Amino acid sequence: MSQIFHTSTNVLSRLSIYGGVFIVALLGAVLYGIELSPWYTDVHVSREQPVPFSHKHHAGELGIDCRYCHTSVEKSSFAGLPPTQTCMTCHSQIWTNSAMLEPVRASYRTDKSISWTRVNALPDFVYFDHSIHLSKGIGCTTCHGQVAEMPLTYREGTLYMSWCLDCHRQPEKYVRPKSQVFNPNYVVPSNQIELGRQLVKDYKIQSLQNCSVCHR
Amino acid sequence: MKSNFHRVGNRAAYTGISPVLSCARRLACLGGIAMLLAGCRLDMHIQPKYLPDEPSTFFDDGRSDRPVVPGTVARGQLHTDELLYTGKENGVVADKFPFPMTREDLERGRERYNIYCTPCHDYTGGGQGMIVQRGFPPPPSLHLESLRKAPAGHYFEVITNGFGSMYSYASRVEPEDRWRIAAYIRALQLSQHATMQDVPENERSKLTEQNAGNVPGHAAGQP
Repeated sequence: MSQIFHTSTNVLSRLSIYGGVFIVALLGAVLYGIELSPWYTDVHVSREQPVPFSHKHHAGELGIDCRYCHTSVEKSSFAGLPPTQTCMTCHSQIWTNSAMLEPVRASYRTDKSISWTRVNALPDFVYFDHSIHLSKGIGCTTCHGQVAEMPLTYREGTLYMSWCLDCHRQPEKYVRPKSQVFNPNYVVPSNQIELGRQLVKDYKIQSLQNCSVCHR
Repeated sequence: MKSNFHRVGNRAAYTGISPVLSCARRLACLGGIAMLLAGCRLDMHIQPKYLPDEPSTFFDDGRSDRPVVPGTVARGQLHTDELLYTGKENGVVADKFPFPMTREDLERGRERYNIYCTPCHDYTGGGQGMIVQRGFPPPPSLHLESLRKAPAGHYFEVITNGFGSMYSYASRVEPEDRWRIAAYIRALQLSQHATMQDVPENERSKLTEQNAGNVPGHAAGQP
């Protein structure tokens, strides 16, 4: 019986044995790349909304404070999505004929909630509390990015556990003075590490990394 | 063992795969896929519980947040203090505060005023805020004689119930904070009607120096 494979295929078999290692590594790298890609994480991907609400206009150009709408952010785990009444505080008087705002007026007329598309959502097995982060000097934009420059809101962080731990391991890299927490245009100073270390001490910030801090 | 070998050996003789074997293999395959998929389940990610503002298919209005039954008095919500919660005393708008205003209270009042009031009333209370510049009917200046004479409880009432085209801010500003805002409005009013006599003596020279240096003598406005 003649041999099935020609001798030259020995090269191929050798290559594939050595290459196997690299192929596995490459596969890992590709998967890792996909996991970090906006396609998978939604980072920097604007979401369609029933009303194209612009934080850039409201928080940036008009300078409305975050807390004007997100009222519960300082005292509860949840920042609070504003009820339609908050929109109508101004829009009962201005842009009253705008077709774009009809869903808002309809919601107010019929008492039916507007179904916004969630931009930042954590899995249900993660406990997160906005109020403690704010009261320890973590600014809105540290996690949410330059919201005051977003025409349509998108997610700034991956919300992966490693992303949370980045800060929990080194809070001095991110903490800012409490007076600047709600400043949407805060610029990280060049002496951040130095300032951060001081603030971590002043605000008695603990580097909490125990599993049960978030998975309770 | 031998019979097994025999059977496997025999399989080669078939032109097709035995229907029985194919069925078993298919089942095994499906079982394997089912197990793999079971590993991907999301029941810890999406647990059978409601988070704030989550929609619901169970309730008619589509909301998981339920309205309180009318007449409910939750713990900490028994509002018997008439002055603190209505701004009135024996049904008459009161011109006093339900608790003494400290510097911290005034600073909290300034912070709350800057968040919730400045869009229309602006940082000095003049009524030319950004939303007014964009077409909202301008509110009266807080420095009008009539408003300077208005009792403190009037401001509490307006924040609580709204006034004219101003909506109620009761759901956004706590009662105590409404009083602090009222106190800060008093401070703003004072700032726009202050005379040299109100300035402490050791500070007066600074002001005259500033005026001499042609620094705009605008009364102390907020940032």
